Amino acid sequence: MVEVVVFAVAALVILGGAVGVIINRNPVHAALSLVATLFGIAVLFVAQEANFLAAVQVIVYAGAIVVLFLFVIMLLGVDTSEDLDAEPLVGQRPAAIALGVLIAAGLIAVVTTSTITGVPAASERWVRDGQDVAQIGRLLFTDYIFAFEITSLLLVIAVVGAVLLARTRPGPQIDATETVPSLPGDRRFALDDTDADTDADADDTDTEEADAS
Amino acid sequence: MLEVTWLIPALPLAGFLALLVAGRRLGEPLAGWLATAAVGGSFAATVVVFLGLLGEHAEERTFTQTLFEWVPAGGFSVDVGFLADPLSVTMCLFITGVATLIHLYAVGYMHGDPDFTKFFVYLNLFVFSMLMLVLGDNLLVTFLGWEGVGACSYFLVSFWHTSDANASAGKKAFVTNRIGDWGYMIAMFLTFTALGSISYVDIAAGAGGLATTTATGITVLLLVGAVGKSAQLPLFVWLPDAMAGPTPVSALIHAATMVTSGVYLLTRMNPVIAQAADWAPMTIAVVGALTALFAATIAVAQTDIKKVLAYSTVSQLGYMFLAIGSGAYIAAIFHMVTHAFFKALMFLGSGSVIHAMGDEQDMRRMGALRKLLPITAATFIVGWLAIAGVPPFSGFWSKDEILLYAYDTSPVLWAIGLVTAVLTGFYMSRQVFLTFFGEARWDRPITDAAPDLACERGLLPGGDDGLEGDEAESPTVRNVYESGHRPHGVGPQEAISSPHESPWTMTVPLVVLAGLAAVGGALQLPFTSSTRRLEHWLEPVVAPDEAIISVATSLKVGLAVVAVIGGLIGIAGAVVLYLRRRPADRPAEPRVLARGWFYDSTISAFVGGPGRKAFDAVAWFDRTVIDGAVNGTAALVRGTGGGLRRTQTGFVRAYVGLLTGGAVILVFVMILRGVVL
Amino acid sequence: MIVAAVSSGWYLSLAAVLFALGAVGVMVRRNPLVMFMCVELMLNAVNLTFVTFARELNDVGGQVVVFFVLVVAAAEVVVGLGIIVSILRRRPAATADDVSLLRG
Repeated sequence: MVEVVVFAVAALVILGGAVGVIINRNPVHAALSLVATLFGIAVLFVAQEANFLAAVQVIVYAGAIVVLFLFVIMLLGVDTSEDLDAEPLVGQRPAAIALGVLIAAGLIAVVTTSTITGVPAASERWVRDGQDVAQIGRLLFTDYIFAFEITSLLLVIAVVGAVLLARTRPGPQIDATETVPSLPGDRRFALDDTDADTDADADDTDTEEADAS
Repeated sequence: MLEVTWLIPALPLAGFLALLVAGRRLGEPLAGWLATAAVGGSFAATVVVFLGLLGEHAEERTFTQTLFEWVPAGGFSVDVGFLADPLSVTMCLFITGVATLIHLYAVGYMHGDPDFTKFFVYLNLFVFSMLMLVLGDNLLVTFLGWEGVGACSYFLVSFWHTSDANASAGKKAFVTNRIGDWGYMIAMFLTFTALGSISYVDIAAGAGGLATTTATGITVLLLVGAVGKSAQLPLFVWLPDAMAGPTPVSALIHAATMVTSGVYLLTRMNPVIAQAADWAPMTIAVVGALTALFAATIAVAQTDIKKVLAYSTVSQLGYMFLAIGSGAYIAAIFHMVTHAFFKALMFLGSGSVIHAMGDEQDMRRMGALRKLLPITAATFIVGWLAIAGVPPFSGFWSKDEILLYAYDTSPVLWAIGLVTAVLTGFYMSRQVFLTFFGEARWDRPITDAAPDLACERGLLPGGDDGLEGDEAESPTVRNVYESGHRPHGVGPQEAISSPHESPWTMTVPLVVLAGLAAVGGALQLPFTSSTRRLEHWLEPVVAPDEAIISVATSLKVGLAVVAVIGGLIGIAGAVVLYLRRRPADRPAEPRVLARGWFYDSTISAFVGGPGRKAFDAVAWFDRTVIDGAVNGTAALVRGTGGGLRRTQTGFVRAYVGLLTGGAVILVFVMILRGVVL
Repeated sequence: MIVAAVSSGWYLSLAAVLFALGAVGVMVRRNPLVMFMCVELMLNAVNLTFVTFARELNDVGGQVVVFFVLVVAAAEVVVGLGIIVSILRRRPAATADDVSLLRG
């Protein structure tokens, strides 16, 4: 009973947050909706007896990744809203909605109509003694040691890469119209103006750009 | 002794290569002597091989010498090899003998020509090709020689190629031969398919097992090839035009050797012909007889000295085909040999006359030359008597054999042959009388002596028979004005000053050939078995298929007498019309005959008219349908690519959409297949 | 199999819907940061699926996978945001549609 209620509430939160991410014009609002979704997921993790993961989810995802998102949004000043009314690509919206419905339907059909034939009962790699951290740790350092080491390497590389990528390079801002003709969302900036000081209004008049052919 | 067979074609080849490399340095006349020596050496080698064969028993007179493997293609293996047997050695003997004499003659005839060495280069190459043709031990080596003589014929006919007409004559010869070559090739393929081999030894051995339809097919196709090369109906048109070449060429190629290739081929393949249905040899005989008659009628009305001989050659070749069709292979070979003697003789003689007349070739300008050119006249007269079938000259014996076998096959064919013999006597006598007898028409300006000829050449006004069409394009007429040949006299329009006899290089071959034409009949005298030397000699090659006729001797004598009388009637007719009458009273040549029954003009009208339309239609088909299919495929691909290009919009979101679409498809495929998790 | 009040099919369906929503978001939004967030939604759906199966099949290996996914997602976000920073610093008004020069 409890689980049902928990599931229902968490599901609502998750879906509401997801919809919010999609619909919110302001990126900051979208990020906050994402946080809601992540919390909902964490709750469901707990309901599924994955306590360690729930904690990690909150700490890493909601606490670090989303914060990082917000940092970047604030840094670049792209918190201005995007014009969601215009869609430059012809047919993209209906196609997106249709595909979304289809894939959801398809996946749901798959999971509900098939029977699970995994090798569960035999392996019993999870003893429900509440010590999931220890068991996860044991697996990490025995069966998945290689992946673990590679992942640590990956983290190092990611850090180095991020530092390199985000370095400030000399040079003026690119006037978009110089290099690419007819860009949507075009705005002109003065040279040496590194901050997106010009707060253009919400409607970027997207030029009607048909499918390039 | 037989091992020197390879020398027979090798020596002319060596001469060709030597002259090709060093000819210009050798210059005139050394290049000519070298070429003559090469062919003379080849003749000597042939004599050696001949003596070697004589030493063998009659049944073992077959010697094959393989040089190397030419086409090692699995199941199809062809060697370059030589087959020395009575037939090929006979051919080689007269080919090399006559060729040596003609080379000697050419040293004198081509004196002063700027392309002297080139001429001998081509001549030696020609002799080499012809020898490969007759010595080859399989159809492919023969075909090599076949094509080689065709190519050399082209080179030599258009030797003075600065004149358009000469170049066209060469092309005409080559293209017409090509049509025949198609038949040869298909016959070769058929033979390989049916017998698994194209070597003559294998063909002779395996021909007995051929199905009749296959043998008939091969025979007919070989006939197509022979018709092209040996200038029979309907492909004879190239031979008269080929007179544009220098006279030694006409003598060698178009009288003695190349044109006999068709006869040789059919004789060589006689085992196959024997297996064919009866109508196939009958077709050969009919083609030969009709050609003989057709050409003889045209020869009656020709005024160019070489054209008469050209049509005469076509006619005599018709006789040979008639013989083959009647199963008389030995008679065909006999006539081939005697014809080589007297026709080459007469061509060389006409060359001597042309040389003396300052390159004038029209007989209406000649006359009374026998006192000024005694040797030429005497030898020419020997040739004339031979071809007219006057005994005891060689032509009588060979023609008589043919007529006998023709009578045995069908009296109608015999009658055609007889009429042709009458006409032969007539036109050859006409030629002799116009050229050597009568009154001289060359010692006064042409407008005075031969006004009709002057009208034709546009030197006099009027003349309704102005040259048009083919005659105007006739290369021999043009030669008079445009050949690179140096003129002797003042020029053909003015009086020609003192024609003189030719140098010894030209008269010696004439004398030798006259002697051979006179006594050549001794090869095959029909009296008793011991005098039938050629028959015994060739027996192993043609024996099983030679027609055997058993007729009473009285019939044979009767036919012979009738033939002789026919020839004499022809001669008498010419005496009456040409010897006794003054030039002004002589009958004009009938236009339809002079124009060759309008055969050439009909062909060009057809090819230019409806033929052209057909060719254009085929070209259109090739351009539109076939090329269109290929180009259309390319256009289709390009169009499809252009259409598919539109998916590459460059927008990430569109690509994500496509990705998701793919994922959706996968999911649904999984569902439909009833995936089990 | 654990008998639970909420069968795993529900969790999986929820994950499917979340995944679909994330996909739709990537296709519809133009702002690169929001698109990135939608990708995170999809990753979370996958994580939920894995955890569900871990419980279903009694195998903690599923949770280990989630662990790895989390780590890699973090690294990916780091690098991706670095790229976005370097682009948007020079071209502040750039959207996902501006990267369309490689077109046919």
